[in-house]
Amino acid sequence: MANSAPALREELCAAVGVSDPEELFAQIPLDHRAARPVVLPPALASEVELSRHLRDTLGRNVDCEAVLSFLGGGCWQHHVPAVCDELATRTEFLTPVWGTPASDHGRNQAWFEFSSQLGELLDLDFVGLPVYSWGCAAGHAVRMAARITGRDQILISEFMDHERLAVMRTYCEPPGMRGHIELRSVPTNPATGTIAVDELAAALSDRTAAVYLETPSGLGVIEPDPGQIARLAHSHGAELIAGVDPTSLGLLAPPGQYGADIAVGPTQPLGVHMNCGGGVGGFIASRDEERYARAYPTLQVSLCPTSKQGEHGFALTLFQQSSYGSRELGNDWTGNSVYLWAVVNAAYMALLGPAGFAELGELILARSRYAATRLAEVPGVSVRWPWFFKEFVLDFNETGRTVAEINVALRERGIFGGGDLSLSHPQLGQAALYCVTEVHTQHDIDRLVTALTEVLA
Amino acid sequence: MRSSPSHGKQPTSSPRTYFELMVKAGAARPRLGIIVNPLAGIGGPAALKGSDGAATVAEARARGARPEAPLRAERTLQALAARVGPAELLAAPGAMGADLARRVGFSVKATSRSAPSETSALDTRVAATAMRDADVGLLLFAGGDGTARDIHDAIGDQLPLLGIPAGVKMHSGVFAHSPEAAARAAEAALRNGPSLPLRGADIADVDEQAARDGRVASILYGSVRVPDLPRLVLPTKAGSPAQPGAELQALCREIADTLEPSCLYLFGPGSTTAMVLAALGARGTLLGVDAVLDGQVVGKDLTESQTLALLDTHLDSRLVVGLVGGQGMLFGRGNRQLTAAVLSRVGADRITVLSAADKLLALTPPTLWVDTGDPVLDKHLSGYIRVRVGPRQQIIMTVSS
Amino acid sequence: MSLPKLRQYHAAVWDEPIVMEMGRAGRRGMVFPTSDAEVSAADGTLDTVIPASARRQHPPKLPELSEFEVQRHYLHLAQETLGMMGISLFGTCTMKYNPRVSELVAARPWLAELHPNQSEETLQGVLEIVHGMNQILCELSGMAQFVFQPGGGADAAYTHACITRAYHEHRGELAQRNEIITTIQAHPCNAATAAAAGFNVVTLPLEEAGYPSVAALEAALSDRTAALMVNNPDDMGIYNPNIKRWVELVHQAGGLAFYDHANFNGVMSRLRARELGFDACMFMLHKTFGAPKGGGGPAVGAYGCSEDLVAFLPRPLVRQVGGRYTIEHEAPLSVGRVREFWGNIPQVVKAYAWTRAMGSDGLRQAADISVLANNYMERRLLAIPGVSKSFPELSSPRLEMTRYSLAKVAEDTGVTVLDIQNRMVDFGVDAFWLSHEPWIVPEPFTPEAGELWSKEDIDYWIDVLATVIDEAYNDPDTVRSAPHCQAIHKVDGAGADDPQRWATTWRAYQYKHSIQVTS
Ligand SMILES: Cc1ncc(COP(=O)(O)O)c(C=O)c1O
Repeated sequence: MANSAPALREELCAAVGVSDPEELFAQIPLDHRAARPVVLPPALASEVELSRHLRDTLGRNVDCEAVLSFLGGGCWQHHVPAVCDELATRTEFLTPVWGTPASDHGRNQAWFEFSSQLGELLDLDFVGLPVYSWGCAAGHAVRMAARITGRDQILISEFMDHERLAVMRTYCEPPGMRGHIELRSVPTNPATGTIAVDELAAALSDRTAAVYLETPSGLGVIEPDPGQIARLAHSHGAELIAGVDPTSLGLLAPPGQYGADIAVGPTQPLGVHMNCGGGVGGFIASRDEERYARAYPTLQVSLCPTSKQGEHGFALTLFQQSSYGSRELGNDWTGNSVYLWAVVNAAYMALLGPAGFAELGELILARSRYAATRLAEVPGVSVRWPWFFKEFVLDFNETGRTVAEINVALRERGIFGGGDLSLSHPQLGQAALYCVTEVHTQHDIDRLVTALTEVLA
Repeated sequence: MRSSPSHGKQPTSSPRTYFELMVKAGAARPRLGIIVNPLAGIGGPAALKGSDGAATVAEARARGARPEAPLRAERTLQALAARVGPAELLAAPGAMGADLARRVGFSVKATSRSAPSETSALDTRVAATAMRDADVGLLLFAGGDGTARDIHDAIGDQLPLLGIPAGVKMHSGVFAHSPEAAARAAEAALRNGPSLPLRGADIADVDEQAARDGRVASILYGSVRVPDLPRLVLPTKAGSPAQPGAELQALCREIADTLEPSCLYLFGPGSTTAMVLAALGARGTLLGVDAVLDGQVVGKDLTESQTLALLDTHLDSRLVVGLVGGQGMLFGRGNRQLTAAVLSRVGADRITVLSAADKLLALTPPTLWVDTGDPVLDKHLSGYIRVRVGPRQQIIMTVSS
Repeated sequence: MSLPKLRQYHAAVWDEPIVMEMGRAGRRGMVFPTSDAEVSAADGTLDTVIPASARRQHPPKLPELSEFEVQRHYLHLAQETLGMMGISLFGTCTMKYNPRVSELVAARPWLAELHPNQSEETLQGVLEIVHGMNQILCELSGMAQFVFQPGGGADAAYTHACITRAYHEHRGELAQRNEIITTIQAHPCNAATAAAAGFNVVTLPLEEAGYPSVAALEAALSDRTAALMVNNPDDMGIYNPNIKRWVELVHQAGGLAFYDHANFNGVMSRLRARELGFDACMFMLHKTFGAPKGGGGPAVGAYGCSEDLVAFLPRPLVRQVGGRYTIEHEAPLSVGRVREFWGNIPQVVKAYAWTRAMGSDGLRQAADISVLANNYMERRLLAIPGVSKSFPELSSPRLEMTRYSLAKVAEDTGVTVLDIQNRMVDFGVDAFWLSHEPWIVPEPFTPEAGELWSKEDIDYWIDVLATVIDEAYNDPDTVRSAPHCQAIHKVDGAGADDPQRWATTWRAYQYKHSIQVTS
């Protein structure tokens, strides 16, 4: 602390006219003061001690680079380009808060490039600055749909990611509250895990604000014809909210192509480490129509002219409808979010370009399919559904073993097995969600197959 | 209390935009008109309570006063020129705007050729009418409440209006908070054209009776539309709200939808309560008290005795009022029909107060005033009340006599 | 007045194109291995594994750049961002130094490559730190348990609104208790999250003393009261001395009291939220506790509550059982999740590191210095003609920040506080905080020195402001047309709210402004 040097502190006290800073706290009544002094663990004032302590402590973790991990489910192990890491720790991006449109210009431009590139991937024209997570994005999106349509029900798949669904529920107000939104689940086809279209058609009504359709879904399932679901929703005056993983979009149809009105999804796969779950972020995008734009809770930057002919600048658009602009009269709320990741995401998308996204999608698809095919050869193990991307459900019911037991045994062999679905999705029995990305080599997958065969022998 | 310009924000019952005017006009038209009342504000420094009327002006001159309004209008025009360059302007003749605008570098068309040497309220009205006929997109005027009233008398709410603050009295909600702020609004009008968002605002003026009693209070004369441009905030420019005053509108609609059966509803004057009536499909009396029973208007522009007669036959009643004028007057100004007798009969706990949030928050201290003429009732009404500002929002205000 | 000599600063000007305009067809920044032969042969062609109706028809129009070009482009953009390279006294955000050591440690795989659903025994190190931070915050606030899931201060306020719902629902009173009370000086997120959670919002305006009266609170309280959500001191630096009474009254009415502790810096270690009676509070790890702000996150609103509310907290929670750390994933009364997983854990680690480095004495000293620095600033700022203070008649020293007004400057010269802000960046001084909506004080500004900025920095900042105000009187056009030494010129945001002109993406910009692409 620059001003803690004793002489300087004296100088400041003198300038203020106090002998001790204590006098400056006169506003706080004595009976509000802490009843006993604060006692924290001894200070680690030197960088030497502090860094040692942190290293000793964190060194006790076992991370996914040290072993082989197949965990996914909302947080995925992808390759993080070195340039992304450099940008994430650049002080200019890492440490500031707000400046002026001119002093923040570089960062604003990076944000605009985040939205612009995501817009290309999604085939949508209006993109907000990111929110805390995919679940939060989906939560805001269903609230947007309810505001837009004046309706109060959202149709979702019976197989949702458990964390994400829990977040969406807190965004929907409990039954009995004025703004309650019902999340009604629609059955899936047993053979494919995709939405049962007949059931969906039967469930749609003039209460339906939106169909929330994920593809790939929380359990990795690809919807074969999202356009059909969009048309169905629209024919009942409902919106289609698409939930998509951007790493699939070099390959899979973008939401704009099949008529989705709002799209949400995760930003962590775009160049951000898992960070123990602290890498997650979410996006919200839509067509550039006032109907949607005026329902956003987020901030967003718009390309604007400056006082110099031909120069680009950026300003916030529709600020007034945010909670900063209108407090409780604004749309939902906003605040500090994951804007640093937006810069990283922008660089990631620029590094990949169209060819990179196509390659990435194909590689993930090929490797995850290879893994599924090989794993299905293990006695007692089957793959639940045929169309998937990156993640797939392995069914262990025939093995007579629990996923928990299997994962313990795999861990002894240096492998983090797939996420246990037996608690979150009891309908599936003993099943696990395996995630395979571009970081998993054929050798890694073969190792898993061998280990699993051993474990189940 | 301080007499200050009111920035009260109050949506109109049907938010009209330039677009409708464009459809009506069907042709290109000047986007900006300006009227300067060269004598506005002259009474202020001379410690006179206004500048309205030739006698006051003469007295002010005799006391050595110099007109303020042209200086302030010049500040606006200079700032505007700096922002938009030499735009086209329709101006009142001579000292009423055209001279000044030309000097600053605008390309000026005057509403008439001859400029009076000594201007009067009539000249303001004539110029306003010409502006109306030319259908300008925004009528800027430099003056105070008197000038605003003159314009309103001539053209009602037919043009969006914005005052460059230059008067002694500025109780009306039509004034920008500085000459430069007026320039920013004018710039927005030029740039946005038909999509400039508008909102309702009151034309008010000092209550002479109250003034003679040594109190400052205002009387409501009518309602006009002004640009709805929220302040510039945070690091970048914030724009207009999605739907100006959407919350207040939603509240008015909700009130209309949830009226209790066989309860007599009295609606006080002002544009807020008019929105409730509009939501019921009725047209309220802007300056009067209206009564509604089971969704039907059963009385319009009621006098005290008519109201009391209605209350005689309907024991179950409620009163819904907005705040009129910029002074935070709840009862006693602008709604004198709501007499102590009427209020006592309805009952203090059966009164609902509606307002736009920022209109309340502009009041410092956060106090609403009552002056019903009955000190006992005034005392009874005093304390804290909840003012409803949206379907799900309330602000607690002090009520004082 | 003789003005001091200021730095000859100029921002980097790269005139950097939008990334969408850059590159050439076929150029690559990142390539991926082609899948191994065996992998590709696994089960047929693309067409059989993805139905055609689910396939992308046209490649995305992303730029095609080399890795170096991408790196250089974003470094140029970094250089066109002033932030903490200059002086930023952005009030309410408590600008701090974010130690590099924490960045280095947090970037290693032992944290960066952890998956939140790993088994507990593989996470003992990070769990220990999360638990350690929990204990530190409990000691500072008197609360029983913290949760780090909320992704920012506003999300912590939302968490409180959710817990308020669960608490009253559990008691069978939710239908009746549908009002949350806040003040007009509370951060907008309190009112906004209360409304988003389904409550009606009752707002108390300020009165003569600079805060709402007890009587106003009493008028707002009733059997409909669900909670009170306030920050204290507020961002004018004014402390509500009746806050204890407020909490008592809220409790008597049956509501919960939430303390938004975003402005904790000035009162660190001097008071405890729980001792004042609050049921819950929130700390901003990205402000008070030295974690970086990221230009708007990732952030952490650490939410803590009393024993009575722990059952309702979102899960997961980290627990210590014997010498081991465990994760409690679900609980019957829990509100569930406000965000996936257990929080922005790297920020928790960085905040933990900062707090461990400071220790108890360091925190107290930091509070002292930040309040001292603020009062020093106040002396100097009020000596500048045209600067006035909010509630000038209140004579007690303000805490870690003070709200000022440039109303007189604006009135005299027409130069607004925004113009002044735009001019100050020409001297390497980044924006100050103005004020939350609504502006109670005209032309407001709210600098906060904190314990970071040296007296030299503070003096320079004040000198810049004095110089710019002087310019406003003598050369207003220079201020109004500012900035002049920045990465770009004055932004014209007039079209940003016009649906015909706003453009949040390059593709929208292209069709709205029919600019030809060059590629
Ligand atoms: C008093 C107060 N509360 C809450 C917040 C919201 O915090 P965040 O932006 O992290 O959501 C802020 C941020 O400015 C604040 O100053």
